[in-house]
Amino acid sequence: MTLNSKAPSGPLAEKWNNHKFNLKLVNPANKRKYDIIIVGTGLAGASAAASLAELGYNVKTFCVQDSPRRAHSIAAQGGINAAKNYRNDGDSVYRLFYDTLKGGDYRARESNVYRLAQVSVNIIDQCVAQGVPFAREYGGLLDNRSFGGAQVSRTFYAKGQTGQQLLLGAYSAMNRQVATGKIQSYTRHEMLDVVMVDGKARGIIARDLVTGQIERHSAHAVVLCTGGYGNVFYLTTYARGSNVTAIWRAHKKGAYFGNPCFTQIHPTCIPVSGDHQSKLTLMSESLRNDGRIWVPLKKGDNRKPEDIPEAERDYYLERIYPSFGNLVPRDIASRKAKEMCDQGRGVGASGLAVYLDFSDAINRLGESTVASRYGNLFDMYKQITGENPYKTPMRIYPAVHYTMGGLWVDYNLMTTIPGLYACGEANFSDHGANRLGASALMQGLADGYFVLPYTIGDYLAGEERKEVSIDSPEFVAAEKNVKDQLQKLLSINGNKTVHEFQRELGLIMWNHCGMARNENGLKEGIEKIKALRAEFWKNIKVPGVGEELNQNLERAGRVADFLELGELMMQDALQRNESCGGHFREEYQTPEGEALRDDDNYAYVAAWEYKGENQPSEMHKEALEYEFIKRSQRSYK
Amino acid sequence: MSGNMNLTLKVWRQKSQNAQGAFETYEAKNISPDMSFLEMMDVVNEDLIKAGKEPIAFDHDCREGICGMCSMYINGRAHGPLKGVTTCQLHMRSFSSGETITIEPWRATAFPVLRDLVVDRTAFERIQQAGGYVSVNTGSVPDANAIPISKENADEAFLSAACIGCGACVAACKNSSAMLFVSAKVSQYALLPQGNVERKERVLNMVSQMDQEGFGNCTNTEACEAECPKEIKVTNIARMNREFLRAKLFS
Repeated sequence: MTLNSKAPSGPLAEKWNNHKFNLKLVNPANKRKYDIIIVGTGLAGASAAASLAELGYNVKTFCVQDSPRRAHSIAAQGGINAAKNYRNDGDSVYRLFYDTLKGGDYRARESNVYRLAQVSVNIIDQCVAQGVPFAREYGGLLDNRSFGGAQVSRTFYAKGQTGQQLLLGAYSAMNRQVATGKIQSYTRHEMLDVVMVDGKARGIIARDLVTGQIERHSAHAVVLCTGGYGNVFYLTTYARGSNVTAIWRAHKKGAYFGNPCFTQIHPTCIPVSGDHQSKLTLMSESLRNDGRIWVPLKKGDNRKPEDIPEAERDYYLERIYPSFGNLVPRDIASRKAKEMCDQGRGVGASGLAVYLDFSDAINRLGESTVASRYGNLFDMYKQITGENPYKTPMRIYPAVHYTMGGLWVDYNLMTTIPGLYACGEANFSDHGANRLGASALMQGLADGYFVLPYTIGDYLAGEERKEVSIDSPEFVAAEKNVKDQLQKLLSINGNKTVHEFQRELGLIMWNHCGMARNENGLKEGIEKIKALRAEFWKNIKVPGVGEELNQNLERAGRVADFLELGELMMQDALQRNESCGGHFREEYQTPEGEALRDDDNYAYVAAWEYKGENQPSEMHKEALEYEFIKRSQRSYK
Repeated sequence: MSGNMNLTLKVWRQKSQNAQGAFETYEAKNISPDMSFLEMMDVVNEDLIKAGKEPIAFDHDCREGICGMCSMYINGRAHGPLKGVTTCQLHMRSFSSGETITIEPWRATAFPVLRDLVVDRTAFERIQQAGGYVSVNTGSVPDANAIPISKENADEAFLSAACIGCGACVAACKNSSAMLFVSAKVSQYALLPQGNVERKERVLNMVSQMDQEGFGNCTNTEACEAECPKEIKVTNIARMNREFLRAKLFS
């Protein structure tokens, strides 16, 4: 199958407008004859559900939590970018487009990214109209702040809870449609398979997580908005329930997986405190404005940080990158922290942390100024670690927190399965090899509010307007497969828990496919995953039965999928013989240790096709052609 | 490790909504003070699974205090002993070795237990569906800066909108009243011009749905504010009462 991105031709600024005009329409009276299933209710899912229901389609939404409002978009802190140019500081749609493409190390489509920048302005209008309480200035107009990478202030925010407020806005729009009957909201439901009829996505198999009942749901189109798959690493900033199952099972039904190895690792998270730990918490990047990062000069120096004299400290970012210092981009800050710890100079009980020290800032500015800038973050740190960062340096370490990869989609956000769409973090589309801060919220809402509602009509207009039966052999077979897998998981009754397998897998992923990767490590990692996967299917222990609320059974199915995904991520990392964005291959670096991109050979999207259990996946390439932008190498020295 | 604790847990176990529940006692051994409360529960569950027993079901997701999914009633207090903290952000250093900790689900008629510590909070969903929105369709809106809002009102609306919908207010209230939850949403929109058009219908419909769900009355005890992990203020309730009265008088 050749990949057709369906990116429209013509001038950059006209592409989306022309494309919208050329899309087929479904007339208003016919929209109510089409059913759409949306899986996942974060920013992308909730905004798509509300918008499609407003248009008149019948929507069914599914989420694993007890309310759509709990999707992990809720935890996004910093803000949302939009090219409003309210600050009169030279921002424009073109500048946001350029920054996003460059930030992604030129591994995204020009056409998609330009559209994202275009609709960014509509998102802010929409959210304000819904009553989202963004930060404001005394004159009553919206406030902005600047964010990493950009030279303009284009980030809209609601304190440190922007994701929460945007999601509650989309959730409120959804609720309005639930009240009208246009949305049926299924909570505590997990999608376990896509049902294909005549080569098209026609529904899903879902498990009611309270009763354990397996249900069939049909529709004319299925939209997956189930977020990222970073939990394959186990310890991450993701919610515990975040998983790959929906998109992985779609992948196994024929949807190609785009750039699976592109993972973003955030440098400033609270480090691991022990084996019991279940999650990592992000500390805002803004702390690097006033905090200085250092490790002891000597290996294994376990004195208290206060007792280590200035001359025996290594402020390594300031030393290696004198011009950017502590404010180097995320990928570099993360990689260098790992290097220091690998050298045995890490701090804390685990040796896997570096100091982020505010003593200079407190001496210079006074404690109250530091508190006014970062008070809530200092409190959060204290709450989690029990240490007072005003008195002793914070300990930080990088953690996985976003995946740029995801299901391959064309310009219409359709996967390689007709009628199956992917939006938000679940698709691979707009961030290339690295996502800029405050752009995840923008993309999720762009897809759901302003792209999918147009593009899905183009597909539905060509579909028969009769209800899809759930009694077809395809539904029966898909349901049986799901039930068989659940039964298998319950019947093995081995010696190792789901938790143990997930932790082991996470460690393999982190060690072999984390911040720095190399050929040998990846090959070794693939063998380890294969062995772990074989052991899983012999030795997993899942208590309880299927016909009840069974949280271990839910997790077991997700870990089974992670065990397959992990191998594909490593294969993808192995084939990409270059370093770009979040993907750093140790063999491909400049003499100064920076990422060395290879545009001649790797300016493509790797789209992987599933070929069957334990069969090697096949890679397809979508060439990334740059018509409007000239690619350049990044430098931060 | 030194400094680790041994604890006794009395946990509410209930197989399903209609089953009879009871407290069971478990030992939590070698618990690090750096663990979160939920991580301690993870350890206990691993031990239960290894011993061939059923693990304790409990709700959780983000584990950073914002999703509102976790919901334990710990030693008679919603989200445990600390103020302004959800159970997932409560750490074991708040307890001492040898202590007995009682863990219950939210107790309220409108929140039936589904299993162990997991309750059904869909009543909250239905209240939001009754009016917790501004009726604007995607696309048909003015420029964001065409709606100026005083910083004071915007900040106040934000504080109300910061509710995470966990249900601690209901659990903490002797009457299982949902007034704090409902008033937070009513207040957010009452403070903003966007909410003005549907102001009357919103408060009437949301309050009516709240009553239908079987939540109790507010008696101004203010336990809800004291136990709210996001410190939503009871002044929201006063504002909702004014909104309600106003809607009744002028309808």
